[in-house]
Amino acid sequence: MDANLVQEAVNNVNWQAIMPSLVLCCFGMVLLLVSVFSERGKTTHVAWLSVVALIVTGFVSLSAWNNPQAGFAGSVVLDNFATFFSLICIIAAGLTILMSDAYLKREGYSVGEYYPLILFTTAGAMWMASGTDLMTIFLGLEVLSVSLYILAGFFRGQTRSNEAGLKYFFLGAFSTGFLLYGVALLYGVTGTTKIAGIAEFVRGMPAVVGNPMMIAGATLLLIGFLFKVAAAPFHMWTPDVYQGAPTPITAFMSAGPKAAAFAAFMRVTIIGLDSIQADLSALFWVLAVLTMIVGNFIALSQKDVKRMLAYSSIAHAGYALVGLVAWNEIGLSGILFYMLVYTFMNMGAFAVLVLVGKQGEENLTLDGMSGLGYKRPFMGVALCIFLFSLMGLPPTAGFAAKFYIFAGAIKAGYIWLAVIGVLNSAVSLYYYLRVMVHMYFKDPQEDFGWVSINAATAVSIIISIAGVLFMGILPGPIMELAKLAGF
Amino acid sequence: MADYLLSLMTFLPLLGMLFVLFIPRDNDGLLKGFTLVVTLVTFAISLPLAFDNVFAVSGGMHYREFHEWINIGNFFQMNYSLGVDGISLWLVMLTTFIMPITVLSTWSAVEKNTKGFMALLLLLETGMLGAFVSLDLFLFYIFWELMLIPMYFLIGIWGGKNRIYAAVKFFIYTAVGSLLMLVAIIFVYYYALQAGAPVAGGFGIDEFYKLNIPYHAQYWLFLAFAFSFAIKVPMFPLHTWLPDAHTEAPTAGSVILAAVLLKMGTYGYVRFAMPLFPDALQTFLPLLATLSVIGIIYGSLVAMMQEDVKKLVAYSSVAHLGFVMLGVFAMNMQGMSGGILQMINHGISTGALFLIVGFIYERRHTRLITEFGGLAKSMPVFATIFMIITFSSIGLPGTNGFVGEFLALMGAFEGGLRWYAVVATTGVIFAAVYMLWMYQRVMFGKITNPINEKLADLNAREIVVMLPLLLFVFWIGFAPNTFFEKMNPAVEQLLTQMKSRQVAVVDTEKPVIADLIEIK
Repeated sequence: MDANLVQEAVNNVNWQAIMPSLVLCCFGMVLLLVSVFSERGKTTHVAWLSVVALIVTGFVSLSAWNNPQAGFAGSVVLDNFATFFSLICIIAAGLTILMSDAYLKREGYSVGEYYPLILFTTAGAMWMASGTDLMTIFLGLEVLSVSLYILAGFFRGQTRSNEAGLKYFFLGAFSTGFLLYGVALLYGVTGTTKIAGIAEFVRGMPAVVGNPMMIAGATLLLIGFLFKVAAAPFHMWTPDVYQGAPTPITAFMSAGPKAAAFAAFMRVTIIGLDSIQADLSALFWVLAVLTMIVGNFIALSQKDVKRMLAYSSIAHAGYALVGLVAWNEIGLSGILFYMLVYTFMNMGAFAVLVLVGKQGEENLTLDGMSGLGYKRPFMGVALCIFLFSLMGLPPTAGFAAKFYIFAGAIKAGYIWLAVIGVLNSAVSLYYYLRVMVHMYFKDPQEDFGWVSINAATAVSIIISIAGVLFMGILPGPIMELAKLAGF
Repeated sequence: MADYLLSLMTFLPLLGMLFVLFIPRDNDGLLKGFTLVVTLVTFAISLPLAFDNVFAVSGGMHYREFHEWINIGNFFQMNYSLGVDGISLWLVMLTTFIMPITVLSTWSAVEKNTKGFMALLLLLETGMLGAFVSLDLFLFYIFWELMLIPMYFLIGIWGGKNRIYAAVKFFIYTAVGSLLMLVAIIFVYYYALQAGAPVAGGFGIDEFYKLNIPYHAQYWLFLAFAFSFAIKVPMFPLHTWLPDAHTEAPTAGSVILAAVLLKMGTYGYVRFAMPLFPDALQTFLPLLATLSVIGIIYGSLVAMMQEDVKKLVAYSSVAHLGFVMLGVFAMNMQGMSGGILQMINHGISTGALFLIVGFIYERRHTRLITEFGGLAKSMPVFATIFMIITFSSIGLPGTNGFVGEFLALMGAFEGGLRWYAVVATTGVIFAAVYMLWMYQRVMFGKITNPINEKLADLNAREIVVMLPLLLFVFWIGFAPNTFFEKMNPAVEQLLTQMKSRQVAVVDTEKPVIADLIEIK
């Protein structure tokens, strides 16, 4: 390697720019050691230490708010955008850990490595959010994915979990291949992997947009991202993986890593490919509609609540894509707000499912939920709040988030897209309501004797409820932050 | 206190709900008693509105409250903006008035999970009052959707055999309409900003009223609003959720549904859809008037054929709301104020009818007309009250129903909807047929079923429930001016405003049916 380049890279080191993920990784490695010395089944202290690690990392991240740090020759930047997404991932990871301890004990997989793996996933997610170089993003994506492959297949004694892990690994590796190939082609055309550099090159030479290699590169890159955010038609892996993975991990995957993928996706498209904005908007229009329709309509026929939520998460990726179609300030910061809201409402819903699941068979049929509302009133009410939020009904945060996104679309003139979006919401009402129908309108078939609540999971549910209601009734402050974090 | 009267009134039930959550679930009496007290206090708080003479003097909004609520730089601003005028005044009063009655009616009807029932009733009251007093469309939308949730559970948990189907249908019908309205609301907002409306105005209707939205936009916006409200009214052919919801809902749910929730739709037309998009209204007026008339005739004919008393009353609602809409679409003083008064009347008489159905259902656990007959002998007090309410529902002179229907029809007749009014008037005759025929079969004749002989007459509580309603049946019937004098200035202002905005249309050579507007 050129000695000058090395020198330049050394000069460009700015530890501040990667401080949050650095802190988190250090904690993760220490906790790996701690977990080596802790007995199987006695890992509660690792869980609590991980929560501490996340809180510390959260504060380190916050210190970069309105104080952007760039470093490593412009391949990493810790701006408000990255911080906002980092915080989403930290919240998602924290809620996951809170609901995991008792769950792992119940399932008999209380092993210490679980928690450091979540921390590494979060660190990877934070790199993705702050990467301004396609290679940094790729690194973050790999750290995130590899940890998640393990977590998805964490219950090695269960076929479903194995299937989930393996499926996620194969398809994930495949899509990463697409992404990397796209990066390579783009590098071949533009001579750089820096997002801003690509944009600059295209601005300087507009004709390059029609270059087949450029088109192929951009397409492959987008496919890689669309796979990660589970947008149709690249969503096929989601239901099986979400259903088979341990429930807290499913919750985590649908919130944290997905938000990170959206972050990188947004940075690449909005900064790197802004010269083909019109084409991309048209493309995303189709994808958003397709994703919403696929997610919502297939969710209609699901009998398993976990699988239904998997399809619903596809649909929600579709709503978020609407913000990207709008490509204006409101739509884009709407995505940020949406991701945060989605984290709370979806994690909350999954937290209730974690509690209701039976040992060994955590897949809940709708019939299995019958009468839950009477037998376990707190869980019933909590799940109702989350479901109303997922529907997008006021006064919950889900409404504010959808309002934000659709307002962006309408402002940008995509009125039909907004209409299709709200009609899709209307379709979603049916399958969310059906859970409530079972919880409250049907007589209990079981006594739910095995369902007991524990303090940590209750805390995660209460935090989620607080988030959903606060951002629903007073969305102003958080929307303001999302606005500051937007481009 | 006047500064915060509306907020206090709107959120007191919500506060009460929070307290209800802390009452032990097996303490049935305390739960019902406490809820009754909360609704009574809410009614007491709202009473000064009814006696305030300011409504008779000026037609504008009074008791205004305004606070900035959500403000995100140049993105959007929503305000907490409340106010009440002569139109919403009586709907607010109807709501606070009907709630204690509803709670009283649950005394022996609701035994399962009383706590949840009372909590939901109170939440519902907040939603309804909030929707009537909101002057910011965003705020209105929040309250509008908030009403859905408690009603969904009231039908689904405490309803009849087919309750799940009815609850889900009710929810999805209403939500689909309102989601499209949401898109329209956002569109109007951005249009207003573009047209130079102040950002601080938020989604306030004051600013929106001033807009001159181009016709082709109005067309779609009106469709979205009108569709949403038409489902709620409900207008033919979007009414199919109503018979299901009414029939399956518990008595209290049916009463609120009939008395207040349906008025949301008609109120939505008067407050939002019509004045916001006066040009598009002209285009759709014939269609809407036709649907209203179809609703009247169709509702009456179907009601006539019902075996189930509750279903009969449910279909009669479709017909009655047709009269309301026809009066409102007449767009003149008589029609509009007749229509609005008819909203109140329908709340009182149909609410009372559902209570009556509840009384006999509690005694016999059936509502089939053939199961009854000769009840007048065993239940004389009940028979008298039922008779009066029946007359009120038919619209006999001297009762409230007459004043409202007569004015609505007269307004339509004079306001260019002449033939619509003529056809609609046959609905009055049909109403007499199905109501009296039903009354005759249930109350008169020989007692064929021995169980009916031993039925207990109304007890003191049930009479107390009905008395206030009877009072208003005659009050409105004999002295409607009490209500008109406070309603008219607001109606006049609304009509003038719509008329003045349509003048602008003449300038741009848009087709106008100008003779529809006759202001007296």
